[in-house]
Amino acid sequence: MNSSPLIASPHAHDANTVAETMGWVLLALAPATLFGIYLFGWPALLLFLVTVAAAVVAEYLSLKIAGKPPGRFLADGSALLTGVLLALTLPPWAPWWVGVVGAVIAIVIAKQVFGGVGQNLFNPAMAARVALLISFPLEMTTFVEPQPLFSAAAPTLQQSLAITFGSGGAAIDAVTSATILDHTRTELGQGVALDEIAGYDPLALAWGGVPGSLGETSALLLLLGGLLLLWRRVITWYIPVALLGTITLLATLFHLIAPESYASAPYHLLSGAVMLVAFFIATDPVTSPLSVRGQLLFGAGCGAFIWILRTWSGYPEGAAFAILLMNAFTPLIDHYIRPRIYGRDRRGVPLNESVATREER
Amino acid sequence: MATSYRRIARDGLWDNNVVFAQMLALCPLLAVTGTATNGLGLGLASIAVMVASALMISMLRGIITPQVRIPVFILIIATLVTLVDLFMNAWLYDLHKVLGLFIPLIVTNCAILGRAESFFSRNPVLPSLMDGLMMGLGFLLVLVVLGAVREILGSGTLFSDAALLLGESFRFLEMTLIPEYRGFLLMILPPGGFIALGFILAAKRVIDRRIAEGTIWADSPQKEGAR
Repeated sequence: MNSSPLIASPHAHDANTVAETMGWVLLALAPATLFGIYLFGWPALLLFLVTVAAAVVAEYLSLKIAGKPPGRFLADGSALLTGVLLALTLPPWAPWWVGVVGAVIAIVIAKQVFGGVGQNLFNPAMAARVALLISFPLEMTTFVEPQPLFSAAAPTLQQSLAITFGSGGAAIDAVTSATILDHTRTELGQGVALDEIAGYDPLALAWGGVPGSLGETSALLLLLGGLLLLWRRVITWYIPVALLGTITLLATLFHLIAPESYASAPYHLLSGAVMLVAFFIATDPVTSPLSVRGQLLFGAGCGAFIWILRTWSGYPEGAAFAILLMNAFTPLIDHYIRPRIYGRDRRGVPLNESVATREER
Repeated sequence: MATSYRRIARDGLWDNNVVFAQMLALCPLLAVTGTATNGLGLGLASIAVMVASALMISMLRGIITPQVRIPVFILIIATLVTLVDLFMNAWLYDLHKVLGLFIPLIVTNCAILGRAESFFSRNPVLPSLMDGLMMGLGFLLVLVVLGAVREILGSGTLFSDAALLLGESFRFLEMTLIPEYRGFLLMILPPGGFIALGFILAAKRVIDRRIAEGTIWADSPQKEGAR
């Protein structure tokens, strides 16, 4: 006789372990990551490696202090993913300590303090990005023109080491440039309509050869990664569609009313962090609601906050703030919008009982 | 009730610390501890109010009826705070400009009203004075430690502008610990206060646990049982 213990039903089987999920997400991020590194050259690669390494080391030390087995928790790849996501949102030529400080904030303060993987209230990468943006506004808003690897303008490895690890980056003359978000914001403020703004080219934005954060420039490659995750069922469509749909709706509505003051939907969808956030960050299973309706609400809230912050706030990009705000709402959403329990109706009354009370009436 | 001054001191400074254990007075704590000097300033002002109100309330405790005790306590505390506020405005003007808003707010510092209610109004003058002093010192300790942590991380200095508070002879306190530091603005802003306080509270818990396990300070008297 088989002596394995009896386990009561229902037996739910999930094909994805945490490690597999993280692996698929990393794979889906790979095209945008490689493209970003190609686009911004050696400094981007150095910053990427430093940030990811710092995240893994911070995770290891936190686990040591907490007395958890570091090997098992490191193997799930969640720290690696956090490091990658954070690196993708940094300006590609930022100095190394920006990546290290960000990784420590993400892993120690935003994740391990709350109890580690699965326990964090806020998305670690976004919490770190907001902390960095507030603390180091200069370093976090210095964007360079793309200088692809192997092109004439690209810095050599030696120059790149000076850019990433040097003090101040005076070793090379970099062509810094405002991102399209920054530029458009200024121009729209002066009443110049979007189509007349020099440098606005939807195709370039979609393809990604524009100044921006390390892995956020190419909307198409991020969309491709997102579709891979959808196909593998690592994520569901509710949050991305609600997020992108809300931005499209709001942007189109206001653009139709006053085109000279409000940018159109393609501009909002293709620029900045929107694609990365929609598919890779808002869909974080830990910090988003459980139920389908909750996820739709969560995605719509993220989209609305992104549009509102971009349009009316003091910062040109509001995606990270939007995610943190909606993360804070997640417990509330989960409290009010609960998934129907199997065998019970929405109010939690057993189904046969609710039939019985109906019959009594 | 036998009064143990040792117990009162221990309660005020550590076991029943205003912030560490009672979690009171967090609003002024988080608001002013951007630098160690500001923390010290508010701490000294709070001690002055705490001790003076301990004296007055414990002396008057026989004639204050329970029905009106809260308004009377507030009245006494508010009077003392106004005195401190005017004093600082007159003699420590530069510091008053920095702490300005938070000195009047000592009136609503729940720690002082809390001690008035739970200790000063039920104990004789001397124990009350001792309790006020120790609770105030405990609060000062947290203010200075939190201020120092935030100041070092946030701007790389320690006790900057101490001369404004304590006079020119204390200028040696002003230190720049990390030269050419770029500043870490988050730690100066309120979220930094929460983050630093969280880590300090965690450290306090660790120390308490180590004491209970007897791994540090094993020779100190620990016979009073777990609180």
